[in-house]
Amino acid sequence: MSSIRLSAAELGAALAKGEITSVELTNQHFDRIAEVDTSVHAFLHLDKEGALAQANSVDAKRAAGEKLGPIAGVPLALKDVLTQKGIPTTCGSKMLEGWRPPYDSGVVTKLKDAGVVILGKTNMDEFAMGSSTENSAYGPTHNPWDLTRIPGGSGGGSSASLAAFEAPLAIGTDTGGSIRQPAAVTGTVGVKPTYGGVSRYGLVAFSSSLDQAGPCARTVLDTALLHEAIAGHDPRDSTSINSPVPQVVAAAKRLDVKGMKIGVVKEISGEGFQAGVRTRFEESLQLLVEAGAEIVEVSCPNFDYALAAYYLIAPSEASSNLARFDSMRYGIRVGDDGNRGAEEVMNLTRQVGFGREVKRRIILGTYALSSGYYDAYYGSAQKVRTLIKRDFEAAFTKADVLVSPTAPTTAFKIGEKSDDPLAMYLNDIATIPVNMAGIGGMSLPCGLAPEDGLPVGFQIMSPVMQDDLMYRVGGTLEAALNSKWGHTLISQIPDLQVR
Amino acid sequence: MGSHFDLADPRFAGALVALNFAQAMEKYEPTLGLEVHVELNTNSKMFCSCATEFGGSPNTQTCPVCLGLPGALPVVNAKAIESTILIGLALNCSIAPYSRFARKNYFYPDMPKNFQTSQYDEPICVNGYLDVEIDTDEGPAKFRIEIERVHMEEDTGKSLHVGGSTGRIHGAEYSLLDYNRAGIPLVEIVTKIVPGTGKYAPQVARAYVTELRDILRSLGVSDVKMEQGSLRCDANVSLAPMGSGKLGTRSETKNVNSLRSVERALFGEIERQANRLESGERVVQETRHFLEDTGLTRPGRSKEQAEDYRYFPEPDLVPVTPDAKWIEELRTKLPEKPSTRRKRLQTEWNVPDKEMTALINAELLDVVEETIALGAEPTRARTWWLGEISRLANEKEVEPTSLISSANLAEIIALIASGELTDKLARQVVEGVINGEGSPADVIAKRGLKVVSDDSALMVAIEAAIAAQPDTAERIRGGNIPAAGALIGAVMKATGGAADAAKVRELLLKHLGQA
Repeated sequence: MSSIRLSAAELGAALAKGEITSVELTNQHFDRIAEVDTSVHAFLHLDKEGALAQANSVDAKRAAGEKLGPIAGVPLALKDVLTQKGIPTTCGSKMLEGWRPPYDSGVVTKLKDAGVVILGKTNMDEFAMGSSTENSAYGPTHNPWDLTRIPGGSGGGSSASLAAFEAPLAIGTDTGGSIRQPAAVTGTVGVKPTYGGVSRYGLVAFSSSLDQAGPCARTVLDTALLHEAIAGHDPRDSTSINSPVPQVVAAAKRLDVKGMKIGVVKEISGEGFQAGVRTRFEESLQLLVEAGAEIVEVSCPNFDYALAAYYLIAPSEASSNLARFDSMRYGIRVGDDGNRGAEEVMNLTRQVGFGREVKRRIILGTYALSSGYYDAYYGSAQKVRTLIKRDFEAAFTKADVLVSPTAPTTAFKIGEKSDDPLAMYLNDIATIPVNMAGIGGMSLPCGLAPEDGLPVGFQIMSPVMQDDLMYRVGGTLEAALNSKWGHTLISQIPDLQVR
Repeated sequence: MGSHFDLADPRFAGALVALNFAQAMEKYEPTLGLEVHVELNTNSKMFCSCATEFGGSPNTQTCPVCLGLPGALPVVNAKAIESTILIGLALNCSIAPYSRFARKNYFYPDMPKNFQTSQYDEPICVNGYLDVEIDTDEGPAKFRIEIERVHMEEDTGKSLHVGGSTGRIHGAEYSLLDYNRAGIPLVEIVTKIVPGTGKYAPQVARAYVTELRDILRSLGVSDVKMEQGSLRCDANVSLAPMGSGKLGTRSETKNVNSLRSVERALFGEIERQANRLESGERVVQETRHFLEDTGLTRPGRSKEQAEDYRYFPEPDLVPVTPDAKWIEELRTKLPEKPSTRRKRLQTEWNVPDKEMTALINAELLDVVEETIALGAEPTRARTWWLGEISRLANEKEVEPTSLISSANLAEIIALIASGELTDKLARQVVEGVINGEGSPADVIAKRGLKVVSDDSALMVAIEAAIAAQPDTAERIRGGNIPAAGALIGAVMKATGGAADAAKVRELLLKHLGQA
C-alpha cells in the first residue's frame, strides 16, 4: 500500500518503527512522479540515483541503531534555485542549461545531514521572477487542483509537487511571496522564515536583501519539522543570524492561542480581494476567536507603497545579481564563432538566455540605479522600506502576530495574466511587506472559495526571529479547520486527470 | 631638466610649439591627485578563504565565491579590515564607526560577478594627511598631502589578450583569463587635490608614494612591490595658467610601475598637457597609459562621458562597525613612523645628511640597520653597503641585498675590526661569498686569506723594501716620518694586502730608529 498521502511526521514515525524503509518510500514517490508529472510538470530534473543512495544510507544507519532525526529518510522536492553538487541547477532559465554546480548550498548541506532524500529539482519562474511559474524556460507547471490553472509562483513546482503527492516535503524560496502564494493556491503550507534564519549560501540570488529559503509541506507540523532541519547560522552567509533557531516544532504542536492578540492588517485585509477569499479568511478569524485569541485591527499605512517600492528594490538588486550570467565561465554561450568579440558574445548570450520577464526586470533595475535616477527610485524605495519596517514594529506592539489573506485571488487560468505584468505583480500585494521588513510569514489553507472551489490561503506574520508565534497560531487554526470539516483540505483534492 | 617631449615622435606631428618642462612651469600651475592601490598581504582573499600567493598556476587559487558562481556569497576577511584600519590610523585618518561595501557595476570578463565589491560613499577611513619632504632650490621643504579616503575593495582577475596589435581586448584573437588575483584584498588610498607644488609636482608625487610605501611596509600589511603590482599608483594631473586660480582638465596616468616612473610619468604628462594648451588644444579627460621605455603616455579610456557604475550598497554583506576600543588598541600598536625612524637612526649612527639621503634613496636603511643589529660598527656597515656592495650590485644589475646577507657582512666587518682581515682581504672574502664559495669563514679558509701578523715574515718584506729604496729609508732615519708611506705601500704590495698596515708602520719606524 502506498504511503504517499501520509504526512512527513507520519512517515518519519513509520520509518522509525520499521514499518517501511526509506528506499520503499522513495520508490513509491518516484512511481507517483512517473505517473502524474507529465501532467503536472512539477519537476525539471530527477536524481533517482542520488535519492536512492541517500535512502539506502539512511536505512542502513537506522538498521545499525543510529539515532536519526524526525524526517530522516523522508523524500523532498528541491526548488531549482538552490545548488546541489553535481545536480543540474537551472533556476528555470535557459541561461543555466546544463550547469552542474560544484558545491552544495547551505540548505542542501543541512538536508543531507538530516537524512532527507532529495528526489529532484522543481520548476519555477525564471530566476524566481513571477507568480505563476509560467515564466519558466521549460514550460509551465500545472495546478493539481485544476490542471488548466497556475500553481502560483515562483515556486509553483515545489507546491504543486506537494499537492500532487509527488513529495511530502519541499523547499521553496520567497523574495516577495514565492513560497506563500504557491502554497495558498495549491492548498498547501509554506513558510518564509525570518530573513537570515536560513542560509542563503547557494541560493542563486534574485534580490539578495529579500530572498529567503523556507519549508513547504502539506501540514503545519511537517513545515515546522523541515524548518528546524534547515534553519540555523551559516558562517558562509554574512546575513545569516547567529542566534538559536526558534522552537517552531514545539509551537506547531501547542494548539493553543488563548490570550494571544491577532492583528488584522487593515490595508491588506481584503479590499479588492476575491469574495470567496474574504469569506474564508473571516471564517478563520472566527475560529481563532473561538480558540481564545483576541482579534485587533491594526493599520500599516505605508503598505500601500510596498508593491511599488518592491518593484524598484528587487529589480535593482537583480540587475546586478544577474550580471554574472555572461557565458564566460558557465552556462550557455551563444555566437562564439571565432569572429565575434567577448562583448558581442555576452550580448547574444544574454539576449537568448534570458526570458522576457527577466529582461524586463534587469532593464527596470538598471534604470532605477542609474545616476540621476538613483535618489528618486532606489533611494526612495529604501526609505519606503524603512517606513514599512516601522509600521510592522508599531503593529507588533498591538498584536503578537498579524494576519491577512495570502493572495487576493485563487488560482487563475494559465495564460490569463501572462501578457499583463502589472496584474501579475498584484498577486503579491499581501506577501511583499513581509519580505521588505525581513520578518517571518506563513500561508496555510483555510478552505475552498465557494465561487470556484479552489484553495484559499491564510497568512500569518510574526516578528523577527519569533517564527514560533506564527507556527503556534497556524497549528491551532489548522486543527480547528480540520475539526470543523472533519478532514484535511488536501484530502479533498480531485483525482488527477492524467494525460 | 631636459625635455621629455620628443618632437620626433609621430604622435606629436603637427605640434608647432614645444615647451620643455621648465618653460611649462613658468606658464602653468599643476594640480596633482594620487590614487594608490595596495594589495594587502593577508593569507586569504577579501571575501573567501582562497590563497593569495603571487605566481600560482592560472586559476588554481579559486573557489565558487571568487569565481562568482551562482549562489556563492562573500564573507569579509577580518584581517583585511584590521590592516585597512591600521593604514588609516598611520595616515592620520578618522575611522568610520559605520561603513559599508557597495557594488560597482560594469561588465568585463576578468570580473567574475560583473560587479566589483568596493566601498563608495561610506568608506572606512576618511580625512587624513601625510607629510613629505623634498629637496628644493631653497633647501629641504615639507609638503602636506591631504588624504580624502582609504577604502577596501577586491582585485579583479588578470586578462591576457592574445593576437591583435594593441594587446587590448578589441582586436584580440582570443583572451586568456586568470582568476587567481580575483578577490585579493585591495586598499585604495585617495588624496584630495594637491595644489601648490609648482615645478616640484613630480618630486612631491614620488616622495608621497615613497613615504606611503615605507609606512605600509612598516605596518607589515603589504609586500608593496610596485613591479609585481602589489602597489600601484594612478597619477592625476591638470594644468591651469599660472595665477588663474582655476583647475584645468585632468588626465589619469596608469601603469606607473616604479617610484622613478611616478616622477617620469608626471614630467612627461605635464609637458604634454602644457604643449597641448600652448598650441590652443584642450586636454581631454581620459586615462593614459605610461610607457616605460619612452617616458611618454598613450591615451587609454576616455572619461569625457563619466561611466555610470550604478553603485548601491552591497546587500550580501553587513555594515562594518569596528569597536572604538579595538581601534584604540590598534592605534597603540602602530609602529614608529618611517620619518621618525630615519631621524633616530641618523642620530644613532651619526650619519651626515648627504649620506643618509644616499642610504634612503638606495633603499639600504633596513639592511644597514640589520647589519648593525648583528654587531657591525655603524660607519663600517653603511660604508660597505653603500660602497663596495652597491658597486658590485650595480655591475651585476641586481639589488645589493640580493648579493650578500647582512649576517655574512656583519661577520666580515667584525673580522676587520679585530684586525683579522684588512679592507683589501675583506673585499676578496665578499667576492668569494657572492660567488657562492660559502660562508666568510669558508672563503677565508679556502683562499687562505689571512693577515700576515708574523713579525719575522713582515721584517723580511720591510728589509726588502728598504733595500729597494735606500734613499727613502735614509730620509726616514733623518726624521721625515711622512716618507714612511712609500715604504709601507711597498710592503703592503709585496704581501698582497695581507699585512696590517698599522703593524707594518710600527715595525718599520722601529727598525729605522723612529719609534
